[in-house]
Amino acid sequence: MELEKKLTSKIQSTFFKKHQEAIYKSLEDKHTTVEVYEDDPLATHMVLNMGPQHPATHGVLRVILELDGEKIIKNKLDIGYLHRGIEKIAENKTYQEFMPYTDRTDYLSPYSNNVALCTAVEKIAKIEVPDRAQYIRMIGCELARISSHLLWLGTMVMDAGAVSFFIWTFREREKLYDIFDNFGGHRFTISHSRIGGVANDFTPETIKMIKEWVTDFKKELVGWNKFLNKNRIFVDRNKDIGTITADEAIDIGLSGPNLRATGIAYDIRKIDPYCKYDEVEFEVPTRLEGDNLARYYCRMEEMTQSLSLIEQCFDKMKKGPIRVDNAKQTYPSKDEVYYSMEGMIHDFMMTDTGICPPEGVECYHAIEAPKGELGYYIQSDGTGHPWRLEIRSPSFANLQGLEYILDGEMIADTVVLIGGLDPVMGDSDK
Amino acid sequence: MNISSAHQKVIDDLKNQYPDDILEVTGYQGDILVRTSVNKIHDICRRLYDEHRFIYLVDIFGTDRFTSEERFEVIYNIVSLRDQLRLFLKVRCEEEDPHVQTVTDIWKAANWQERQTYDMFGVIFDDHPDLRRVYLPEDFEYYPLRKEFPLLGIPGSIELPSTTPDTED
Repeated sequence: MELEKKLTSKIQSTFFKKHQEAIYKSLEDKHTTVEVYEDDPLATHMVLNMGPQHPATHGVLRVILELDGEKIIKNKLDIGYLHRGIEKIAENKTYQEFMPYTDRTDYLSPYSNNVALCTAVEKIAKIEVPDRAQYIRMIGCELARISSHLLWLGTMVMDAGAVSFFIWTFREREKLYDIFDNFGGHRFTISHSRIGGVANDFTPETIKMIKEWVTDFKKELVGWNKFLNKNRIFVDRNKDIGTITADEAIDIGLSGPNLRATGIAYDIRKIDPYCKYDEVEFEVPTRLEGDNLARYYCRMEEMTQSLSLIEQCFDKMKKGPIRVDNAKQTYPSKDEVYYSMEGMIHDFMMTDTGICPPEGVECYHAIEAPKGELGYYIQSDGTGHPWRLEIRSPSFANLQGLEYILDGEMIADTVVLIGGLDPVMGDSDK
Repeated sequence: MNISSAHQKVIDDLKNQYPDDILEVTGYQGDILVRTSVNKIHDICRRLYDEHRFIYLVDIFGTDRFTSEERFEVIYNIVSLRDQLRLFLKVRCEEEDPHVQTVTDIWKAANWQERQTYDMFGVIFDDHPDLRRVYLPEDFEYYPLRKEFPLLGIPGSIELPSTTPDTED
């Protein structure tokens, strides 16, 4: 008890005093039996505060670790430093107006978030989207998946000690940004998807750009696999670190590649296919080990699968409309708006009132985002604004798993584990 | 309302076991939502976990109905990996002193999800091991996703800038 007093008395917080006290108290109460060392002459027992402003925490994650020497006895995560109340904002916007905000939740894969919102609204408002738009969305989603995994790869390998790798992955991301810029008009927060379709079609130039990039990137990926898979330092650093069994992973609610690395092939694209994922062929990469290296292999294989998905989409894509031709369900095309009176009225009505799903219904739709299951739960009150819009974010679930995984690991592995689980604070903090 | 046979099996079993506590079954676009009485939610979750293998808890969240009776809802999103089935459970609780029994002893994943619901709506989960706010600091006095909380500005905090343009004196 002596030591316990010493720990809490040391904390002289200057901001949100009650919050600080509560979180340290919670750390002390984490397990029912708190081991207290009566005399600790070497002072190996300490509390280490990591973040929220720490370069390896990928944003503003705060980790509070109780250490015995180099070993983590207990830990608590403190999140919410990037909380912007996006769900509250959604209740005060029309569905289409809210879309740019979704770009800023998981800011590493904005396209997936747009598609997640659009598919959820289309489900609740019963809108059928044309085939070509579905394929364009799929290509966008897979490009976003690769883009997100590239950032994960770069930062994770950098956390493990190889700095130059980060520059290589960012060179590829830069090319992806150029592709997004070419067809969506934005490099980063793209907002290209629309409720009822997409904003504009691919030009021949875009298609050429994407196809060329896919061919180039395939070769690049082979080289990276050669470089990392047998790299002694990288493998030793990641093998048997943060191991979690399939049962534990399900219980703690991990999602996405982190869950698949334990051997459970839970992928929304297979279980509950959206867009046209039931018409293309792909595999769900899984591993059995459940350690950090398994998560690495899963994501690397996912990138290869994404490349093949993009190629299949181009083969299957036929010419056709890219948006529903119904002014009650979606924005009219700009040609119509500029050259016809009705088009302009419809455009105005969409901006003012928006899409009105039936009154009193609620539904959930999830997509497989790069980080895991990204779902939107919408309750409608019959107006153009959602009554309640809930975002089930994969990073939130994965971070909860991190708190569980970190116990008993070594302090030096903390950053590698955070890198391996790939949380994005914008996504988890909403 | 179309209920698939797999869903129907689960609902029939629940209705047999808890005839008075399954209050309503609704479905829209394939999502099945079962409303249960608030004091039996733990038992029902336990039965779904043990008998129907709903072992994966995806999400728990609250909603505010803004009605005088049974104002808050807590919705559970659970998945059975064996049957590839998704089910939603819903309970309603009163505005004054809302209490729901925790399900953290069934799914560990419920821990943060329940904290999030508490943080946003002030629904208290009984016997929760660590019921703190998850996003906002402990010092924060309000529950921001309740409908009466304003979109802009925290009551009693810094004054908002004037919305009318400055008039020149």
